[in-house]
Amino acid sequence: MTLTRFVRKNAFRNKRRTFLTIGAIAFPLLLLSFLMSLWRAFYGDDLRSAQSNQRLITRHKVSLTNFVPGYYREKIEHIPGVAKVVPMNWFQGVYKDATQKNFFARFGTDPDEFFDIYPELSIPPDQLEAWKKDRAGCVADVELAKKYGWKVGDRIVIQGDIYPIRLDLTLRGLFKVTTDAPNNSLYFNQKYVEEGVAFAKGKAGFFSILVDSPQSVDRVSHDIDAMFANAPEPTRTETEKAFGLSFLAMLGNIKAFILIISSAAIFTILLVSGNTIAMSIRERTREVAVLKTLGFTRGTILGLFIGETLGISLVGGVLGALIALLFLSGASHAPQGGQLFLIALHEWKFTAPAAVGAALLAGFLSSAIPAYGASRTGIVEGLRHIG
Amino acid sequence: MAIPISYNIRNMILRKRLTLMTALGIALTVTTTVFLMMLLAGMRKAFVSSGDPLNVLVLRKGSTSELTGGFTLDKLPILKQLPGIATDSHGQPMVSGEWVVVVTLPRNGTEVNVTLRGMEQDGIEIRRNHVKLVEGRWFAPGQREVVVSRSIHGRYPNTNVGDTMDLKGPWKIVGIFDGGGSAYDSEIWSDLNQVAGQFNRQGALGSAYLRATNAVAADALKHRVVDDQQLQLDGMLETEYYDKQTSNGGGIRLMGYIVAFTMAIGSIFAAANTMYAAVAYRSREIATLRVIGFRRGSIVTSFIFESVLLALLGAAIGILLMLPFNGMSTSTSNQVTFSEVVFTMQITLSVVITAVIFAIFMGLIGGVAPAWGAARREILAALRD
Repeated sequence: MTLTRFVRKNAFRNKRRTFLTIGAIAFPLLLLSFLMSLWRAFYGDDLRSAQSNQRLITRHKVSLTNFVPGYYREKIEHIPGVAKVVPMNWFQGVYKDATQKNFFARFGTDPDEFFDIYPELSIPPDQLEAWKKDRAGCVADVELAKKYGWKVGDRIVIQGDIYPIRLDLTLRGLFKVTTDAPNNSLYFNQKYVEEGVAFAKGKAGFFSILVDSPQSVDRVSHDIDAMFANAPEPTRTETEKAFGLSFLAMLGNIKAFILIISSAAIFTILLVSGNTIAMSIRERTREVAVLKTLGFTRGTILGLFIGETLGISLVGGVLGALIALLFLSGASHAPQGGQLFLIALHEWKFTAPAAVGAALLAGFLSSAIPAYGASRTGIVEGLRHIG
Repeated sequence: MAIPISYNIRNMILRKRLTLMTALGIALTVTTTVFLMMLLAGMRKAFVSSGDPLNVLVLRKGSTSELTGGFTLDKLPILKQLPGIATDSHGQPMVSGEWVVVVTLPRNGTEVNVTLRGMEQDGIEIRRNHVKLVEGRWFAPGQREVVVSRSIHGRYPNTNVGDTMDLKGPWKIVGIFDGGGSAYDSEIWSDLNQVAGQFNRQGALGSAYLRATNAVAADALKHRVVDDQQLQLDGMLETEYYDKQTSNGGGIRLMGYIVAFTMAIGSIFAAANTMYAAVAYRSREIATLRVIGFRRGSIVTSFIFESVLLALLGAAIGILLMLPFNGMSTSTSNQVTFSEVVFTMQITLSVVITAVIFAIFMGLIGGVAPAWGAARREILAALRD
């Protein structure tokens, strides 16, 4: 009988206990893996395109609900290092009905330069031309079109809520996203809103800015804000990623939230596996003495017990990570926040090994002390033990 | 006959390490649940319990918040003439035209969005039941004076009575008010005309508040405003307005359920494990109890009870661990106004009760199978162990 086989046999000696321990480890670990994936979805940047690092967002200093004057666009264009500027406007509105199922992002923008700033969105040139020519035209993500069964030429009506206007749009083109980051948005010509709504005239929600190189990002964003610091409408410029994170920061202290729950999960695993190993070592005090009599060294005995715990932690960990995968793929179909989970799903392959690693580490730490104790028990004392 | 409780307690003390470790595991599950429930309780207070059902909020038609409002000043006298409005101490209709603007205040090196509300004198009276002045005095009309909420006073530097605040210019702080945990607690209040003047909003109003004489009148006022084709305004009860803004809480609540549920399943497994071990250690004891004449039912009850006791110990530890967090204030943002909403985490009685029930539930489920197993064993076989 090899040592590995011995460990395996011992691990499954009390099948019920092993099963329960695996379950008790798998569930906190599922949580850990789930939260780590979410964390990566929030703060990681693997999915975003290279262009994203070269893009800045300029908005009103106070908040997105305050407009910035449209003429800022030309002023920003003249700042050295700025390649292109396009105004963006969050329209909100209602498509069909006000349910989450029919909610997606709708932005007003400038068709002439929009796709120059977002090169990761690819659209057939003839469709782009058609959009530029039709003031009441719009373009949408292929995935979004698939969801609602839209085809080029279809009519899409969006009733405004912030803006008192009904947009009667014609779908002129469909674009594909060439990166993993989902888009799921519809874009139309902002002129349509500006012409119909008096208070929207000459205003922009925010500007998307493409900078000529990643090196000039910091300088340009500083220059823009300095330019408008004393203007009636001061601005705040940040990278596209920081802009996205600022929405998240609004929810509250997400980092602290995830950290607190994750550490509770890890401590739970530590306690559970420590408990199990302590129970089985206690039962086997006499056996350990017998093993020693047979000539097994302390080191081997230490290894046997730690190996057993590691094995159980590994199975529990892998199981937990797999259920997390199931949870994430389920959540990515959710009508609300599904996009976030879709990114988290992509991140799972990075976080799962880390989560399993954490389970192994917890298993090791919790078994080391009782296993060390067992390896040091004297033979005679152990043989006398009544358990 | 039932087995005495002291039998279970002594057994738990005998295996104190096992008992404590299992209880700690359950305690951790309870802490995460309590933590999330405290967050939600605080948020609910800041949003849902804000507003007064007798206050009717008037906005421009289509506008979703006081920030994106904006209707001309000439509509205010028309609103004041509507029936069902309470009268103030001067015998005038209790109506307040208001502007809400978002200002940035420095904190820890960053700038945080805070709500500044400009109101007429009646605005204070309309909210009399929900706020109280704790220091200084209210702002005077025509003066560049502000009163800040107690939580802003506590969270931002240089916000004492007598200090000067920079809100696109200097403003004197003359008082501090307490909003009792409502959304007002995240606001700075001042005179309508001063705010409108400083932020270039003259000639218009962001919103108006009408104080109705009673609930029926409030409802009638609201419909009156909505149905008036000339006014082009939207009316809603103040409570309805805040109800709509709680969407933030939904995500955290869902997250909370997922976390509590997963941790609970893990804990149930752990509790079952411990109870199986307890039963295994005592198999001869259990057989002896049977020989003495205790029935199977008593044994099942006794072991389930022990498991619940273990869980309750866990709940107690868990709640104790979370006590230091009680009263801690944290913030979220209002997704409509993009400004900070401060709330305090609170261990309310309902949080404690829910945590205890949650723990009992874990103990019950974890204890059933081992207890059943203990009672079912043949007496002779067990005695021979």
